[in-house]
Amino acid sequence: MTADAAAAAGGAVEGASRAEAVPYNETVVRYFTLASVFWGVVAFLVGVVIALQLAFPLLNLDLEWTTFGRLRPVHTSAAIFAFGGNALFATSLFVVQRTTRARLWGGDNLAMFIFWGYQLFIVMAALGYVMGITQGREYAEPEWYVDLWLTIVWVCYLLVFVGTLMKREEPHIYVANWFYLAFIVTIAMLHIVNNLAMPVSLFGTQSYSLFAGVQDALTQWWYGHNEVGFFLTAGFLGIMYYIVPKRAERPVYSYRLSIVHFWSLIFLYIWAGPHHLHYTALPDWAQTLGMTFSVMLWMPSWGGMINGIMTLSGAWDKLRTDPVLRMLVVSVAFYGMSTFEGPLMSVREVNALSHYTDWTIGHVHSGALGWVAFISFGAIYYLVPVLWNRAGLYSLKLVSYHFWIATIGIVFYISSMWVSGIMQGLMWRSYDELGFLEYPFIDTVSAMHPFYVIRALGGILFLLGALIMVYNLWRTIRGDVRAEERQRRALVAAAAAPAQ
Amino acid sequence: MSLHTKAERNVVLLTVLTLITVSIGGIVEIVPLHTIASTIEPVDGVRPYSPLEQMGRNIYVREGCYTCHSQMVRPFRDEAERYGHYSLAAESMYDHPFQWGSKRTGPDLARVGGKYSNEWHVAHLADPRSVVPESIMPPYGFLADREIRVAGIEDHLAALAAVGVPYDEPFLENAAADLVAQADPDADTSGLLERYPGAVVGDLDGDPTRITEMDALVAYLQVLGTMVDFADYSTEDLIQ
Repeated sequence: MTADAAAAAGGAVEGASRAEAVPYNETVVRYFTLASVFWGVVAFLVGVVIALQLAFPLLNLDLEWTTFGRLRPVHTSAAIFAFGGNALFATSLFVVQRTTRARLWGGDNLAMFIFWGYQLFIVMAALGYVMGITQGREYAEPEWYVDLWLTIVWVCYLLVFVGTLMKREEPHIYVANWFYLAFIVTIAMLHIVNNLAMPVSLFGTQSYSLFAGVQDALTQWWYGHNEVGFFLTAGFLGIMYYIVPKRAERPVYSYRLSIVHFWSLIFLYIWAGPHHLHYTALPDWAQTLGMTFSVMLWMPSWGGMINGIMTLSGAWDKLRTDPVLRMLVVSVAFYGMSTFEGPLMSVREVNALSHYTDWTIGHVHSGALGWVAFISFGAIYYLVPVLWNRAGLYSLKLVSYHFWIATIGIVFYISSMWVSGIMQGLMWRSYDELGFLEYPFIDTVSAMHPFYVIRALGGILFLLGALIMVYNLWRTIRGDVRAEERQRRALVAAAAAPAQ
Repeated sequence: MSLHTKAERNVVLLTVLTLITVSIGGIVEIVPLHTIASTIEPVDGVRPYSPLEQMGRNIYVREGCYTCHSQMVRPFRDEAERYGHYSLAAESMYDHPFQWGSKRTGPDLARVGGKYSNEWHVAHLADPRSVVPESIMPPYGFLADREIRVAGIEDHLAALAAVGVPYDEPFLENAAADLVAQADPDADTSGLLERYPGAVVGDLDGDPTRITEMDALVAYLQVLGTMVDFADYSTEDLIQ
């Protein structure tokens, strides 16, 4: 049987053996997977809307609920917490059961409480933003009552995850679980400290943060950068360490490298926050520490990337035939690119140009679209046939379309933001021959227009790719197989037959 | 058995080691900011926001202005010429939360106070493109239609006092009166100006009959960056 045939049949084989093994709680994993897909589309759609608002301000619609300022947190929270968060819940609860050979600790009701509790958190947060209820802290916008609710849900999540690890049937805790554990524990710490606040009244929605000014700024960016480091990186590295080896049917490249990768990554990441505050009123020593550790962070990041990509050793040919694996590998490549760009931008002199510009937005999206979203798509394409007991996806060709359309979208997005960001940074500091500032601020706004249009186009392509995924997953769950996919499977089976 | 072999087989040990590892950076960087006195060099003039300014600040936060505007002038020649003196830590010491921002889709606002007239701000907020044709800012005309709730203002100041803003008894007792007086052209503002020197008073939004969110936001924008008189300081005084 060729590798390709094995990949195609993987879902069915696994499904059969699973029936005799431990009865895992896969209902909750299915729920989280569907929620991730749903919120992903919402996040991309709102992203397209606010991108278009920057190009065409009339789209703010002259309504208070639809201004850029209120919708932007809807986009960021939907992307990070709703799409990414549900993908992390789905994969972590899937992986922890498979790698421990134990059903989720705490019972099915607790798992369902986490699911509905987390969805309630998302809805409360988003409704709040639209109505103007916000803490005004980036990626920590939900107000105190929503924060308290999330804390309850998160503690339950921690208990279920740790409880399942404790009752494991395997002597060893698999590496993906270290990353998930670090993600859950660290996010709890960040969430609680950064959201310390004094409510105005017990029946009101508003609160004032415990810290002010410079202390508040560093606390927030300690939080903000480690949302990137632990939510969007460590958690998704957990996905990488399980799904990539599974899909490639190869073991993780280096066990030793995963140990070094894990401890150095989680130790260094937490220091990097001050690079968001270069040249501000934050003391220089803190800025220098932040910059130094951000540059050092390049190494564990690339260590992880190498570990992920080299897992394909001996299976590189699958990149030609398996678009899901292609998506996973390209996501790790984007991870490598973003984690090189990040340390570069954290160098103070580079940051002097890049900070406050679209370059930062481009950087974030090469990570968010290229790394986080692509590895989530790859994981979802892997999970859905397994979870719904299908032999494979409805169509691999549609995955290929999704991959290429989304990749072109990302390229449009990040290259337009590089150009507009660097251009705007240069225009701000440009002097004419008489020694006056060359451009009034508004000129730098007008100059952005074509790039904002290109960026929106990139976002539309990315959204289109995601809609293709939704269709493909829907047909897969229904049990359909597309004609061309049926043919492909037949060919693969025929090619494999003489070998058996 | 090596430590790591143990950690890989013991959930509690793995969790504790992880928690220690991720705590160090934050402790080393954040705790000293609360203990080293020179983190915020004291300067004269920085005062808590007046009740109306604080309500305006809440609107600034509510509308997500920080998603496009920074409030942090960096120590560069071009920023000094475009915006004014670089921002000091002391200037945001009563900002709960800080609003330094991370993006300048629009210009920095740390020193926007006093640069434009009240009328300009009202026209610009209601319809940005009426005064800046190339602007991509959303319109905020609805602010002029919504009255500020005077009841409960003491709760806001009390909550801020609880987190360290020096609103003493007279500030709390006069909160409602100060809120009303700042936007009323006929009011006696001597007490208000004694408590909040430099506050911009009068009919801010062009509608003297009521106090609107527009009044509050304009009051806040007009005080931004105006509290410190930089003529009193040389660069040497401000070095941390």
